[in-house]
Order: sequence, then structure tokens, then C-alpha cells
Amino acid sequence: MPKRFLALVGLLVTLAIVGGACAPAAPTPAPSPAPAAPSATTQTLTVYSGRSEALVKPIIDQFSKATGVKVNVRYAGTSEMAATILEEGKNSPADVFFAQDPGGIGAVVNMLAPLPESITSKVLPQFRPADSRWVGISGRARVLAYNTAKLQESDLPDDIWDLTDPKWKGRIGWAPTNASFQAMVTAMRKLWGEDKTRQWLAGIQANSAKVYSNNTAQVDAVSKGEIDVAMPNHYYLYSFLRDKGNSFPVRNYYVRGGGPGAVILVAGAGILETSQNKETAQKFLEFLLSPTGQQYFASQTFEYPVVPGIITHPLLKPLPEIKSPEISMADMADLKGTLSLLRESGIVP
Amino acid sequence: MVTVAAKILRPVIRHGKSGQAAHTAWPPAVVWIPAVLVVIAVLLPVFYLVLRSLGAGGEIWELLFRVRTLQILGRTVGLVVAVTAVSLVLTLPLAWLTTRTDLPLRQMWAILTPLPLVIPSYVAGFTIVSALGPRGMLQQLLSGPFGLERLPEIYGFPGALLAITMVSYPYLLVALQTSLRGIDPCMEEASRSLGHGPWATFRRVTLPQLRPAIAAGSLLVGLYTLRDFGAVSLLRYETFTWAIYLQYQTSFDRMVAAGLSLVLVALAIVILIAEARTRGRARYHRSAAGVKHSPILVHLGKWRWPALIFCSFVVLLTLVLPMSLLVFWATRGIASGESLGLAWAPVFNSAYVSALAAIIIAIAALPIAILAVRHSGTASRLMERATYIGFALPGIVIALALVFFAANYATPIYQTLGVLLFAYLILFLPQAVGSTQSSLLQVNPRTEEAARSLGRTSWQAILTITLPLARPGILAGAALVFLTTMKELPATLLLSPTGFKTLATLVWSATSEAFFAQAAVPALLLVLISSIPMAFIVFRERGNAI
Repeated sequence: MPKRFLALVGLLVTLAIVGGACAPAAPTPAPSPAPAAPSATTQTLTVYSGRSEALVKPIIDQFSKATGVKVNVRYAGTSEMAATILEEGKNSPADVFFAQDPGGIGAVVNMLAPLPESITSKVLPQFRPADSRWVGISGRARVLAYNTAKLQESDLPDDIWDLTDPKWKGRIGWAPTNASFQAMVTAMRKLWGEDKTRQWLAGIQANSAKVYSNNTAQVDAVSKGEIDVAMPNHYYLYSFLRDKGNSFPVRNYYVRGGGPGAVILVAGAGILETSQNKETAQKFLEFLLSPTGQQYFASQTFEYPVVPGIITHPLLKPLPEIKSPEISMADMADLKGTLSLLRESGIVP
Repeated sequence: MVTVAAKILRPVIRHGKSGQAAHTAWPPAVVWIPAVLVVIAVLLPVFYLVLRSLGAGGEIWELLFRVRTLQILGRTVGLVVAVTAVSLVLTLPLAWLTTRTDLPLRQMWAILTPLPLVIPSYVAGFTIVSALGPRGMLQQLLSGPFGLERLPEIYGFPGALLAITMVSYPYLLVALQTSLRGIDPCMEEASRSLGHGPWATFRRVTLPQLRPAIAAGSLLVGLYTLRDFGAVSLLRYETFTWAIYLQYQTSFDRMVAAGLSLVLVALAIVILIAEARTRGRARYHRSAAGVKHSPILVHLGKWRWPALIFCSFVVLLTLVLPMSLLVFWATRGIASGESLGLAWAPVFNSAYVSALAAIIIAIAALPIAILAVRHSGTASRLMERATYIGFALPGIVIALALVFFAANYATPIYQTLGVLLFAYLILFLPQAVGSTQSSLLQVNPRTEEAARSLGRTSWQAILTITLPLARPGILAGAALVFLTTMKELPATLLLSPTGFKTLATLVWSATSEAFFAQAAVPALLLVLISSIPMAFIVFRERGNAI
């Protein structure tokens, strides 16, 4: 019996070693900024992506193809990535951080290098911060998603404030831990002031809004009739429509009166101060902002381009028709105040 | 009895080197040096947390000493107690039925019942929501005949209790099954021959012998509940782990997250102390000469029908239901033309890295388990307890701690498999320590003493006597590690080599974009591959029993 046991251990160890030798993805140490042969023939770039692989891999592959640069991409949630970059400090192997939301990239803004005019000038001014340490790459609109079997667009309020009306009691849902929702609350504080925002939060709670962990769950709940109205970003709907067809009983409503409920948020990217490949990294950002890159986001991920002159997807409401409020990126970065308000209201722990 | 046991459990007496009195004999260096190294390694994250929370200002105290923190603490403790209690009630009969009775298809049940361990907790959460949530399967089933429009609210405590019990009761079950297979049936037979009925025998002979397994298994269940994120976030029950994740997610505030994590460490220590108190110091190995034989299976008679219904119910709810949901997603996605885009590399990577983790962690657990069992004392007990702390911490905390240490102090190995395996060691070591210990307790130290007295070195005695005899526990521990490594996500995402994909990361990236079919297929594969080591253990045990 011990022989069999030892044989088993031996077998497992052998397997592990053999596996190690031929493992396709058990590579030698991470490709840190080329120590031996600097920028010879093949350049490499390390991108930390808080955006998911399904969304951004195709366009990154196009960049590699067009420029011959080998891009190593690590994928994880935006906040996990931001925390990782903060922990890595000056030893971060990352060249570019591509974040899902301004809050995520704002968390590491002190570690980012200022971007050259040639990059920032491409982007519409409302989609980049004044300090030029990062730029928006694509935009998404805050909307109300409603169940088409129960409601028509005309039933929905002119302003997101009106969701505090008791007639919505038990019919609405939200995802208060979601970064985009919190960005919207930040916009409320800047446009409405703290008091009115606090009243809105209290009113939504009084209407017993159902709490969801993310936007996908909210839209799904609307489709099942668990709630009538949700507060997500516009593009979650389209992955459901692709998955389940046009009979999916949910549609987006862009708040017609404008205000914080119609704010446009961006996914942004920046270059790390510690990067040894800043030139290649700049080429990468330029590519994402090029007509090819922007057209990709407009047509494939149903997002809004941040560069003038790109046509949005025909299914989407064009950018000029959305009454989005004017609010600076610097104001949008004030996440701390929003969090203490949400904590104070007992909405997040 | 207890004093006798204490005497027997006392350290192997050695003379010479240490020159100390016999009672405080020093364990062999081959045991204590690796044990100390392993313990230092697994305490790294705690060191990191202290470092981080020192960086925070006074704000942290304000946050920690709020009524809300106390509420979260209360909720967390409530969930830990409830999950552990329900698991115990569920697994005691389940373990006994699958090891000691003539239950029809006993081997099949023995393989199936621990399998829910491989189901990622967010899948369990989804299952509970789809089955019992508003407009879920049960409600739709009942709305026809009974016109039932609303079920009792599943979100919150009941849902979290169900989902976490579903994925964590196997810790207790595996511990109990291993222990039941290892108990010398002579005692039970003696009890029966002295006139005790089967129930009294179970209560007075079997149950006391199961104490270490119950304690070790409940400990894992309780600590797992502390750490779970997927189920509590889906079912909206606010625990400490959720609060910690929210700190990272919403405020990117590493200091406050570290402060909250330290509270979690404190909570884990309280649980560890409580468990150590219940464990006691009794003796669990056979002492007399003679050959241990297999237990005679209890005839269930007409009771086998309720027993079968019970087993089927558990397997149906904890395994068949989540699996059917996955199959449903997969077929629906495939039917609607969604491409699966599944490559072999992630399948291979998952199996490979989990096997490596299982081997490394099983080996690392040995010196600690040997110290705790054979050289029981304050130091060795503290060391054994310390290994559990990493298990109670959310994966993201362990992952970030290692990002910090590796990126700054071990740059060349950062983002290599080595660091990832190290993270798995911190996360999963106690699973192996616990079950190795339970098996070691059933080995009579006199066999080792005999080997030593016949001239073997302590190293040889461990290799040729202790290890083979403790084999069932070591293998069960390795299998547990394999299963949980397969589904581990946060550390795998943050620490693996760039481009290293596993089944778990595939499931994650697909669910975050609502590609249900692409999530379901790797999740199904994950469960299937994980069932291989489980089946192996059960069949091996059967081979021994014959």
C-alpha cells in the first residue's frame, strides 16, 4: 500500500514537472521593461485593463497588427487593478492603465505621466481632465431602463429627481455600489448641492428601491418584472439584446429634462510615470483615439466616441440629442464626498 | 482517561542534544524548521495589513467604531453560526450513511455529496436566486396550481445561509467521512457487545471520536463563511468581507480596507480559540495490538428509503440544481449562436496549477500537523492555529498583500507561477493541515517510537511509518486544496503570469459581460475536472476496505 501511495506521489510530481516543461502558459518571469535588448526589433507594451477582454481585446489585437508592437494585457476589475498599481508603486510593470471609469483611474492619478498635447487635443474637452494625466477613450450615458410590457417612454419622468415620487414605490432598482452610479451621485452633488442629493437618496430609499450588485443584474431584473425601472448605463441593454433577441422586454430612456440623470461618463486611459516605454504607450493611446479605434467602440461595444467626427451606432441616441449636463472632470473626481454621503445615508457600508 | 491520554500524547522522549528534561523534548529539526518557515510565510498578509492600517489617519477609528460596523459584525457572526450549525446537522447523517451503512449506491453518494465544494459561490448564489428568487423557478411552479404570487424574501440572511451552506458543508463532510473510515470499529463492537444499542454506541463511542473531525470541519466552514464574497454580494447580505470589497471597489481606500480586514483577523482568532477549547486532548488512535479491520456495515432495513430520499434531496439541491442551471445557460447560448471560444490552454492551466498547489500544500501541511499532534505544546498549537488566519481573509486581501511584497521585494518572481502558488498556500493551507491532523491523531505514536528504537532516524520514521499511515488524511487534504484552487479567482487574476488563463478567470470574464453560455461551459468543465480527485479518493478507500 505505501508503495502505491509513493507511486502516486511520484506520478503527480512527474506530471507536474512534465506539465511545467510544456505548459503553454507557464512562462518565465513577466516581460518587465526589456533589460537585455532594449527596443530592438519587437517592442512590447504592458497594459493593465480594468475593461473586460471581450470588450477591448479585438482593438488591442488590431493595434498589434498595425504596429508590430507585442501587447501584454492583464485583465481584472478596475478597482482591483487600481489597488494593484498602488501596491506595486514605482516597481509597477504596467505601461498603460485602461480603466472602466474615471474613479478608477483617478485613484492612481498621482502615478500617471502628463500626456502630450498631440493626444489630449484629439479628445472633446468634456471627456478629459484639465491636468491632462489621462484621457477618455469612450463614453456611456446614464439612462433609465424600463420594462416595455409595463411602461411606455411617456410614463417616465422628465427628471431623475421625480423617481422619489411615491408612485414609484416598490417599482425601482439601483446598484449603489456600482462606480457609474456613484459618478452620477457625484454629478448630483455638483449640480443640485449636497442637501438636495441627500433628499433624493432618502426619497429613493423611501420608495424601497431594490439593491442590485451591478448593472447587468439590474437590467436582468427589469426584464423579469422584478422591478419596472432600473438606473444603469446605456450599453448593458445591447449585450442582452444580442443574447436574447429583440423580444427582450427592456429599453433605455434618456432622461428628457437633462440634469444629473443624463450625465455621460467615460472609460479612460493613462500612461504610468514609471513606464520605460512611454513612446510606445503614447502610440497605443493615439491608436485608441484614431478613427479606427473610435469607430470600433462606436460600432462594436455600443459606446459613444469621445473624438469629434465619428458616427455613433444607429441604435443609440446621438450625443448632441442627449441633454447631458456640463460638469468638469475635476468635479467628477470628487468621489470621497460622494462616499461619505452614501455612508451617512446608510446606503453603502 | 484524559490524564492517560495526555501522557501518551506527550512528546516522544529524546535524550542527548537538547539536554533537557524528558518532558520538554524538542521536536526533530526536520519537522520544526519547515514548520516555522511555513508559519512565517502564511502570516505575511497580517503583517501587510498592520503596515497598511498604520498608514491611515484617525479616520480609520471613526470608520471602525461606528454603529454600522457593529451591525455588520453582528450579521457576520450570525451567518457564521448558522452556516456551521446547518452544515453539522446536514453532514453528520450524510457522513455516517455514506461510510457505515448498506445504503444503496453508497459509493456513488460518497462521490456526489462532497462535490458541491467545486461549485464557485457566485454560481451557488445565482442558483438560489434563479430557483427561489422573485419570479424564480419555484414561484413559477407554485403560481399555476396555487396562484402564489410572492415567495418569502430570499435576499438577505436566508439566501446567504443557503448559498454558503451549499458550497461549504463539504468541508465538514469530507472531514467526517475521512474520520469515520479511520475509526477502529473494535470500540464500537465492544460497546455493542457490552449491551449498548446502536444509538447509544454512536452517541457514546463514535461521536466522541469524531470530535477532532467535527471541530476541524466546522472551523473550515465557519472561516469560509467569513471570507465568502460571491454569494453574499449576490444575495445582498452585508458581511465584513463584502464591506472590505466595497472599500476597494468604491473608495480605493486600502487603509480602511486593511482596518476592516484586521477586525476580520480578530474574529477569526476568536473562532480559532473557541474551536481549540472544544477539541480537548483525548486520544484517538488504537492502543492495543491486533489488526484493525473494516467496520461491518449497518443494515438500514426499511430505513434505507428515508435515507435515500435524504441523500437525493441534498444532492439535488446542492449539485443537480446548479449544474442544470449551467447546462441550461450553455445550451441556450449555443442555440442562439453564441460562440464558445473555448481553448485547451485554460483547461490545462487550471488542472496543472491546482495539482501543483495540492502537492505543495499537502507537503507544507505535514510538519505543522506533525508538530501539533506529536509535540503538542503552546508553541506548536499556536503555529497550527496561525495557519488558519489566511483562510479567513478575502482573496483580494491576500492577493494585494503579495502584490505589495513581490513587486517591491521580489521583483524577478513577481507575476510568475511561484508567487501565485504562494498565495494559494496562504489561502488553502489549513484545509490540508486539518485533515492531515485528523488522520495523524488516529496513528499510534508507538509505531513511530518502535521504528526509532529499531534505528531509524526521525526523518526515516516520518517517511516510512507516519506518512503511509496518515495517508487518507493527506490525500483528502490535497484533494480539498485541488478543488478550491480550481475555482479561486482574485489571487489568480492579480498574481498569475500575464496571459495565464484558467477556467475560473474565463467564467469571471464571461459573467462580467453577461455572456452566460461562455460562462457556463468553463464552469461545467471546472466541476467535471474537480470530480476526478474526489472519485479517486472514494475508490481508493473502497480498495482498502475490501
